Amino acid sequence: MLSILRTLWGVFLHMFRSRETIQYPEQNILDPPRFRGRIILSLDPDGQERCVACYLCSAACPVDCIALQAAQDVNGRRYPEFFRINFSRCILCGFCEEACPTYAIQLTNDFEFSEYDRNNMVYEKEDLLISGPGKHPDYNFFRVAGVAVGVKGKGESENELPPVDVRSLLP
Amino acid sequence: MVTIHIDGLPYEVEEGQNLLQACLSRGLNLPYFCWHPALGSVGACRQCAVKRFKSEKDERGEIIMACMTPAEAGVRISIDDPEVAAFRKSVIEWLMLNHPHDCPVCDEGGECHLQDMTVMTGHAYRENRFKKRTYPNQYLGAFLNHEMNRCIQCYRCVRYYHDYAGAGDLNVFASRDHVYFGRGRAGRLESGFSGNLVEICPTGVFTDKTLGRHYTRKWDLQTAPSVCVHCALGCNTIPGSRYGELRRVRNRYNHEVNGYFLCDRGRYGYEFVNCDRRIRAPLVRTSRGVEQVLVSTEDALKSAAAMLSERRKVIGIGSPRASLESNFALLRLVGPKNFHAGISDKELEVLNLIRDVLCLGAARTPTLSETAEAGAVFVLGEDVSNSAPLLALNLRQLPRRKAEIAMAKVKIPPWNDAPIQRIAEFEKGSLYIASPCATGLDEVASKSFHGDISELARLGFAVASVLDPANAPGVEGLTEKEKIRAGEIASALGGAARPLIVSGAGCASLALIEAAANICTALGKIGGQPQIFFALPEANSLGLALLGAAGGLETACSALRSGRADTVVVIENDLFRRCAEEKAIALFDSAKYLVAIDHLINPTTSKADLVLPAAAFAEASGTLVNNEGRAQRFYRVLVPEFEVKESWRWIRDIMRFLGRSEAEKWHRLDDLSVAMAALNPLFAGLVSVAPDADFRLAGGKIPRQAPRYSGRTAMRAHIDVFEQPPPDDPDTPLTFSMEGDPRQPPPSLIPRYWAPGWNSVQALNKFQQEIGGPLRGKDPGVRLIEPIPQARTEYFRDVPASAPKAEGEMSLIPLHHIFGSEELSALSPGVAELCPQPYVALNPEDASFLGLFEGALAKVGVEGLTCCLSVRIVPSLPRAVAGLPVGLRGAPVFELPASGTVVREATDE
Repeated sequence: MLSILRTLWGVFLHMFRSRETIQYPEQNILDPPRFRGRIILSLDPDGQERCVACYLCSAACPVDCIALQAAQDVNGRRYPEFFRINFSRCILCGFCEEACPTYAIQLTNDFEFSEYDRNNMVYEKEDLLISGPGKHPDYNFFRVAGVAVGVKGKGESENELPPVDVRSLLP
Repeated sequence: MVTIHIDGLPYEVEEGQNLLQACLSRGLNLPYFCWHPALGSVGACRQCAVKRFKSEKDERGEIIMACMTPAEAGVRISIDDPEVAAFRKSVIEWLMLNHPHDCPVCDEGGECHLQDMTVMTGHAYRENRFKKRTYPNQYLGAFLNHEMNRCIQCYRCVRYYHDYAGAGDLNVFASRDHVYFGRGRAGRLESGFSGNLVEICPTGVFTDKTLGRHYTRKWDLQTAPSVCVHCALGCNTIPGSRYGELRRVRNRYNHEVNGYFLCDRGRYGYEFVNCDRRIRAPLVRTSRGVEQVLVSTEDALKSAAAMLSERRKVIGIGSPRASLESNFALLRLVGPKNFHAGISDKELEVLNLIRDVLCLGAARTPTLSETAEAGAVFVLGEDVSNSAPLLALNLRQLPRRKAEIAMAKVKIPPWNDAPIQRIAEFEKGSLYIASPCATGLDEVASKSFHGDISELARLGFAVASVLDPANAPGVEGLTEKEKIRAGEIASALGGAARPLIVSGAGCASLALIEAAANICTALGKIGGQPQIFFALPEANSLGLALLGAAGGLETACSALRSGRADTVVVIENDLFRRCAEEKAIALFDSAKYLVAIDHLINPTTSKADLVLPAAAFAEASGTLVNNEGRAQRFYRVLVPEFEVKESWRWIRDIMRFLGRSEAEKWHRLDDLSVAMAALNPLFAGLVSVAPDADFRLAGGKIPRQAPRYSGRTAMRAHIDVFEQPPPDDPDTPLTFSMEGDPRQPPPSLIPRYWAPGWNSVQALNKFQQEIGGPLRGKDPGVRLIEPIPQARTEYFRDVPASAPKAEGEMSLIPLHHIFGSEELSALSPGVAELCPQPYVALNPEDASFLGLFEGALAKVGVEGLTCCLSVRIVPSLPRAVAGLPVGLRGAPVFELPASGTVVREATDE
């Protein structure tokens, strides 16, 4: 009997607490910074595509909803010829973001992308690319990698010595 | 077998191995870099360290390199000892000091031995704060990318390319931590075996450039076991496909055939499958002179039935590049009497003679891997480095074998590479070469001799008569020099264990093959154990000969002209490559209808009244018979688009349309094998070539896709978001899916090399019984020809006479090129870059006599046909002999060898 009254009292007190329910869509949601929503592809600080088409996101994807094809530009820089995410399969787990070695693929706060037709949930590279570096404003993979692909010369990366002179006999 | 103790457990290992091999053979994981089963150990990378204990009581032990220590009875070692594990971890840390931050853009990533070994040792963070060393790269040609920053200085590339493949243009330069692996000057790698560097290099210094253009990671490739279609050796391959396109070809280990290596023609010739000359739908021409039009399969079959109805007299022209099943289906469609081989009568005669020599057993033909073990080798009239490249690579190891035997006397094991290589470098193999002009093997040969084909044959006959003077036919009119030469070769062959005679169809000469057979008969009579090996022109040449054809192209031509036939069915064959253009046109013009089943648009299919799209090797399953008579099954790697299907399926459908009851039973590939085995006792072994289509591993089919195959729900999403079930594959026990038992399938069905922790090609260790030995189970393929030893004791008695040539007469001989002489590979862009332009090769003295020089135009005339070719001076060519390249695009087709004329082309100036 006492416990019933205590419960009723508890429920009664809740009437004076602040509301947890948000009146979406009239009211905007303030979601946490690490919220995992719609996936985007970002650009590096030089304004070029960050994605180097390494296939790690597609390999990490548990529902296999990422398909891409690598291509090379005249300098040998790798980029995705096409990059497709089937959002109708995507579970927004964020494994692709974790796997990405260049911070190209990122999950955003946007989740408002429902469609009546599943075919409209298939996003191509044009739909995914944004015009900035996203969450990681400074990182530029090709400034760290050893390959020279038009971004810099051999041995000009961070933490690199100038190229060895193979013909030198000096010790 | 001896017992060794590893981490306290006893293991039975083969004596004479090194400890690294022993550990790997027993399935233990021990990291390594510089050691390779084909190259031996040098102990350079210090990665395979283990701890050896003196006795059971010894607890301190000493750190040794497993690859440099023989596995002797009672050895006690530890792999897991913390001290040695820390040692290995620090070794890899040193190796990784300068390794760039490249893995995402490195083509080796995901199948990198360095990645695997780094994970295996547990090294994860780079603690070195100093800067990384960098190198400039070099351009290495159309096949390989060079990225020297990734190098870990294991020396495998030089040991393979320089020491094993014997090419001089890649080496190690500079000193200390600046050592550089590359060419003296940037340029294309000259060896025909450069592609193996991709698999030899434990990291991404050398990567596949053709794969890089349509790059796909290993886990995303759909792979299946296959067989190389670019020569007759039948090397086993693993082609990989993605998005319906063939992406690369990798080596598939078969201990009895190709072992660890492929030639560049086999590795890079695959791109013809993707080329824009593919036929994807049936084409019909309603009447001669109008364009071919696209039709549906139904309509195509209807017109085929109309063209091939009972009222017509149909002949079939098979192909040495089509599978056994396709040729057999054609043979059944037209009947054995109307089945023609699709090569000239002369070539067929040569092929049939080779078949008879192999079947009737003058000597056993060795497997490709056994050729490297021969005591002495005599190459008679064949340029094996161009017509059978991997055989040349094997014969190149003869000096090394000699050095190994010499070093065994001082107890240096064969895997100890440094001392053996030091001796082998200055050693010549017991290799004797008699060929029309210099070959790539001359530098390792004890003696090489160049002459006209009849001279070579006479030398062969002379060797036989020296070995068995009483019975073998003698050769009249030999010079003293020739007698000495024959005597020397005879004594080398007679004194050697398992002497090997290599000849082939390269010169299209019956006399050469007869001479080779005679030497074997003679060696057999004096109590030796001779072996004979024939290099053949195409992937299924011997299969075609075993099927038995009524004749070659000339026979087909005369059947059409005489009215005994009026309709021709050609499968997978471009007749314009097989005979002179006029002859081919005449053949087609005298036929009322021409039905062509092929995968490429070529002059033959352009002439056809009905073209049916055939599947290329990667899209079809079938069987090929290699030059030793080994039937091997290849499996489809990708599902062709549109209406492309195997030639035999087209023929089956036509036969069903015509109401032929026989074809009703042909539901899948195995049904044809059974039919072939029932009709021809030679093909009895076909049914056991590979497990049949009902084979299941743990109740499931074997997956063509790796467990980590990606993009399944997105690759087709732009067409339709709903996923399709995997395509059906009734012919094979493999499936186009990633679902299936992860255990190792039988050797003939291994779709890829992978084992937990071993993502690179080195995972192969886990598939072999002993490292470097046969695969677990049995090596793929069944030898259809196992002759009764010494069944043949008769000699061939037609010794060619040495005929003096008339004034101005030249003997024209065929010359083969590794790149260019084979039809399909020449369509791949990388290979096409290396194909020479048509030329005529002349001896310098002949050239100056004719007033010709390198690059000048000469008019070559054979039997009324003439053409203009630019001159190439080949000093090793004998006088009065001109060489013409075979099979080059744009080159005229002559029937060689022949006698003809070469004159200077009059220019207008």
